[in-house]
Amino acid sequence: MKRRSLNQWLAALVVGAPAWLTLPAHAADEAPDAFIKRLSTDVLNGMKADKAIQAGEVARIVELVDSLVMPNVDFKRMTAAAVGPQWRQATPAQQQRLQEEFKILLVRTYAGALSRVDNVTLSMKPLRASPADKEVVVRTEIMGQGDPIQLDYRLEKTPGVGAGWKIYNLNVLGVWLVDTYRSQFAQEISAKGIDGLIATLAARNKSNAAKG
Amino acid sequence: MTRQLPLYVPAEGVRRALSGMGAMLCLAFLTACASGPAAHPGDPLEPFNRGVYQFNDVVDTTVVKPVATAYQEVVPQLVRRGVRNFFSNLQDAWSGVNNALQFKGEFAISSFTRFGVNTFIGLGGILDVASEMQIERHTKDFGHTLGYWGVAPGPYLVLPLLGPSTLRDTLALPVDAKGNLLSGVEHIPTRNSMTSLRLVDVRTSLLGTAALLEAAALDKYTFTRDAHLQRRRSSIYDGSPPEDGEVEKSPVSQDFSDVRERTRTWVETIKNPEIKQTEEVKP
Repeated sequence: MKRRSLNQWLAALVVGAPAWLTLPAHAADEAPDAFIKRLSTDVLNGMKADKAIQAGEVARIVELVDSLVMPNVDFKRMTAAAVGPQWRQATPAQQQRLQEEFKILLVRTYAGALSRVDNVTLSMKPLRASPADKEVVVRTEIMGQGDPIQLDYRLEKTPGVGAGWKIYNLNVLGVWLVDTYRSQFAQEISAKGIDGLIATLAARNKSNAAKG
Repeated sequence: MTRQLPLYVPAEGVRRALSGMGAMLCLAFLTACASGPAAHPGDPLEPFNRGVYQFNDVVDTTVVKPVATAYQEVVPQLVRRGVRNFFSNLQDAWSGVNNALQFKGEFAISSFTRFGVNTFIGLGGILDVASEMQIERHTKDFGHTLGYWGVAPGPYLVLPLLGPSTLRDTLALPVDAKGNLLSGVEHIPTRNSMTSLRLVDVRTSLLGTAALLEAAALDKYTFTRDAHLQRRRSSIYDGSPPEDGEVEKSPVSQDFSDVRERTRTWVETIKNPEIKQTEEVKP
């Protein structure tokens, strides 16, 4: 796929969106691996096209991730899984706060990691799933200068035909993101309760933001 | 198939011995054994491990990290890449042995091919020609081999200076040390400086990761442990471990049908080395 500037890309999105919404249901049922391929390609192209990102400006990457990736993530499910059984004990307001702070933490730290990504290609692994599956794992590899980086996604089919897929867990180099936070969250909750966890996340986000 | 049985028996024996030793270690540190609602089942020695982790952290911030940072700032990138390639090339040879021990024919062949290509065409391993030729790297150590043949990881251990490990991987370390081609260097000062250079190189490669950990972790100890255990397990299963809820079993099935299958694919790979599975996408 050839390079496109972000503006062209946005224009294509604006022009393309109505067409996509009115497509017949079957055509809109994108395969999960095709979806991940499209999403990753969009992010990589978006990064290549942006001068500020090339200069290492993390805030711009955060914006890019927010606009391109986050609409395709079931962040409530991700947070609930990381919090574990205590999630149901939390009030809706607490759940909302947990999601917000966790999201800031993840997007900021991983935008930092993305900023070091340079001149990479994406390689898709064969998909092991049947078309009827509602939950699948899509496996990819990012090839940069060193060894390939394993990057897998867990996806769920959103109810309703043509509603597409949502990401609810991410695996970097064999490590599932949500699972890695589960013990830390449990530790925090058993020591200081749910409000304590929210406070710890907020404090961490503040100190990360201060570091730039 | 009778010849295959003894292969598994020692592994079973080792596994028992390991869990026995784990229990003894746990007894030895009985006061240190973790409990409570947030205790991790794979980390019975948590309080002890946390102590070692803190010690390592102090050594790292005062000595190792400054040295690694200086190395990164002073030594040109081209030279650093050569150093990294050189050590990775030695590792490739040992990976080849371990892949062969796991009957992973295709991986063993690509590891040895990498070693051959980089040693002879890549000026003793300084240039990574094999990666340019798209020969994949499959890093495996003896801990992987034990894990593949069914040895359980045992309790999580943080080793002084060496960092995260498990009981199984710690017991595998002496074998890995023997298998490291550096151990063949007779001249002790040369060997020691090579080993130091290797450690500095490894730490330098982790500078970015450490910064990420600093930002992303609520508790660095827990984050490191959970990530390490997951990553080890995943790499023993070549990147696709059984999912939660599936019956936990050794990567090689007990009736050795898997080994027969692997041997067959190995023979086929030798006959036809052009088997490629991944689909390349250029964004």
